[in-house]
Order: sequence, then structure tokens, then C-alpha cells
Amino acid sequence: MINVKNLTKNYGNHKAIDDLSFTIEKGNVYGFLGPNGAGKSTTMNIITGCLAASSGQVNIGGFDIFEDAMKAKKLIGYLPEIPPLYPDMKVIDYLKFIAEVKGVAKSGMMEELFDVMEKTQTTDVAGRVIKNLSKGYRQRVGIAQALIGDPEIIILDEPTVGLDPKQIIEIRDLIRELGKEHTVILSSHILSEISAVCNHILIISDGKLVADDTAENLEKTYGMDLETIFLRLTGATDTFAETSAEAVTEEVSEDAGNL
Amino acid sequence: MLAIFKREFKSYFTSMTGYAFAAFLLIFTGIYTMSICLMGYYSNFEYVVGNVAFIFLIIVPVLTMRVFAEERKQKTDQLLYALPLSMTKIVLGKYLALLAIFAVPVAVMAVYPFILSFFGNVSIKISFCAIFGFFLLGAALIAIGMFISSLTESQPLAAAICFLVLLVNYLADGLSAYVPFGAQLLSDTCLFMRLDQFVYGVLDLSVVALFVSVAAVAVFLTVQALEKRRWS
Repeated sequence: MINVKNLTKNYGNHKAIDDLSFTIEKGNVYGFLGPNGAGKSTTMNIITGCLAASSGQVNIGGFDIFEDAMKAKKLIGYLPEIPPLYPDMKVIDYLKFIAEVKGVAKSGMMEELFDVMEKTQTTDVAGRVIKNLSKGYRQRVGIAQALIGDPEIIILDEPTVGLDPKQIIEIRDLIRELGKEHTVILSSHILSEISAVCNHILIISDGKLVADDTAENLEKTYGMDLETIFLRLTGATDTFAETSAEAVTEEVSEDAGNL
Repeated sequence: MLAIFKREFKSYFTSMTGYAFAAFLLIFTGIYTMSICLMGYYSNFEYVVGNVAFIFLIIVPVLTMRVFAEERKQKTDQLLYALPLSMTKIVLGKYLALLAIFAVPVAVMAVYPFILSFFGNVSIKISFCAIFGFFLLGAALIAIGMFISSLTESQPLAAAICFLVLLVNYLADGLSAYVPFGAQLLSDTCLFMRLDQFVYGVLDLSVVALFVSVAAVAVFLTVQALEKRRWS
């Protein structure tokens, strides 16, 4: 479905991603895991055609994202890290705008919009202006936007950041639901999130792909739990890994408590 | 492209910008109509058009400052890039929306000569020649403003730069008297001055071509500026 080959992106002298290659098969939920600044967003921006790569190729369903951009982009629904919403528009007008740009036929448009809004539970806010919505609803409208046009691939960049625990669970359920009909890629720097919804994990560190397998296989090959694997692969040493693992767990539970 | 156009056009009239733009242009048209036609007893509406042109210095930056700067600030530019839309269509959709917004007060202006013709001998042809030139000049300046907006994510900065660029252009003819060399070249760059031709009732196709080319180049540069951002 997606074929990424030798992808490199330089920002000046800094290599944001370095010779990245992987394949995304149809009908899985992929987790793109890595610490902050590892190059997750950059990779996703390149796959979706928002950003050009310095070198390498991205092939989406047989179409090159650079050369056959229009056809390739039609296969993708993308939610960037910050939901790209027009604050002055009403939710329904915004979604209608997206549907028009994506070339959804006029006859079935309203039906599809209601369908998408029901899936993302945004029907209640359809008539409200986006700037007045809560963060959770904005995120959902962002996801709804990605679903319009029924793209085969859905790419979500950190879809649960800034949400409260209840919202996180709801969004995760939604992602699981989406995984039944679409190929989903989501990124996160939170391990528990990835292991909760994804059946395939890609770990990226310093712009390089360091693991690409199912969670069970990773645990089997390395003979340790995912957390340790993650910390080791992303550059933390063993002793440091243990302490930082504890620190991270504490921090996460503290965060959860604060929320 | 139509969807971009519609959204952009509506957004200007759900916020204050569209109304402020139209009101400002019409207020000044009204003031000059009063002083030239009603109180000065001239039946030449084209003089009004010629005098009002300086108002572009203020209304063009106000109109164009947000067009790309805002998208970038609120990160909706990523949406536009990810959607199956070519950059040219995005830019053209937005530019045409700006022209449509500009056309609203100009359409109101176009009624003035007819009203004045009840009270005097107004040359409708010359008036419309002037209004046509006014619209083309505006179209060229709006394209320049749009290009400037595509360079930054700060709306005030876009407005300030746009104002400065237009001001220098407006004054170029006058300034050319003070430069040691290249005076002719400097005065030739003055777009505002070209409107005089239309005000005198001369439909000079070379000036039409100039305005259209300036707009086309600015639209092209906007596309390039946005493309470049994806590649940097």
C-alpha cells in the first residue's frame, strides 16, 4: 500500500530523517513510535505530500507522491499534529469544504458527511463554530476531515495529544474501528498508546528506522518487554533505561492524575 | 479550485475584513464624488476614480495580508498541501476570491456615473474606461499583496511590507526626480501613474497588458514561494 524507499530529509546540515525504508501493508494499524524530534512528523508530512524529501521515494498504492501527487493524495486522509481547522467556520461547513475539495459527488455528499460525523461523534457540534469547540472535539473534527472521501489510508499524527483520559480512550476505540476498514498509521511518543491499538510497530530514532515488526515478534526477538526495547533502541543505555523507564512511568501516571 | 474560491470569499464576509475593505473604498469614492462632482460641478466621474486610486495603499494590504499568512499561522496550509489540489489551483482560487471581493465595491462605483448622468452631461464611456483601469490596477496590486502574504506567517508584517512596496511604487514617479541615475526606469515602474491613461479616456492596450502581466507574474511568484516552502 505504501512503499517508502531510502527517504532522507535534510534541514540545512541536520538530517531529520536518514535513509528510511519501510513498507505498509493493507489493512493493518501501524504505530509509528519514537521520542520527540525523532522525525515522525517529518516522515508523515513527506508521505502525505506536504513536504518534499531531499532524496528517496514514496509510493502510495502504485502512485509516486511527487510525480503522481493528485492520484496518490486521493488515497490518503491526513490529520497533522495540529488539527488544520479554520476557526471561523462551522463544523458542517468545514467538512463540506473538505468534501468539495476531495471531489466527493454532490448527490451523496450530505449522506457521507453525516456518516463521518456519526463515526467521529461530532454530529452534536455540526452547527457550532470551530473556535468555540473543546480540544477533544477539535481533534475529532480533524479526524472527520481525514475520513471524508473514504480514503484507503488514514494517517494520524499524535491524535491523542492534549486530550483527557476519557477522550483518549474514545479516540483509541475510534482508531481500532477505523482499522477494520482502512489502513491506519498513527504516530505517538507514548508506548502504551501504540501497544493498545496497533498490531505493527515501527520504531524510529534520530531519523533512522530501528525496529519494524509486530509487538509479539519484537518481544520474542529481544526477549524483553516493549518498554525496555523502546528505550534501548532509541538510544538510552541499560542502566539509564531502567531509571528513565521508571521516571517516564511516574511522569505518565502523574500526568494522568493531573488530567 | 471552486471550493477554495467559495471558502475564501465567504471567510472575508464572515469576518469584518470584507466589509471594512468595501466600506473604506466606498467612503472615499463618496467623498471625492461629493467634492469633485457635486461641489466642484465637474461632470467627470473619471476624475473621482483617478483621485481615489491612492486608497489602494491602505486597502490592498488590509485585504491581502491574511490570505496566506493566516493559513500558515493556524497550520491550515498543511491541509491544503495534503489535499488533492495543485498549488496553482490553490493560489488561483484564492486570487480569484480576492478579485471577487474587490469587484463588489467596484460594482457599486460603476453605478455612480449613471446616477450623476441625471444631473449633468456625464461621459459614461470615459467613466467606465477609468473604472476598468482602476479594477485592473487593483488586480495587479492585490496580486503583489498576495505574494507578500505568502512570504510570512505574520499578518501585520505582511501588511506593513505590502504598504511600503505600494508606497514606493506610488511615489516612484515623484522620487525619480531626485535619483542620480535610472530616473526613467524608476518612473516607468510606477503602476499608479498608468491609471491616468484610462482617466483621460485612452484605453491603452499596452497598459492593460502591463497590469495583467504584473498580476500574472505575482501569481506565479506566489506559487513558487509556496512550493519552495515545501522543499526547504
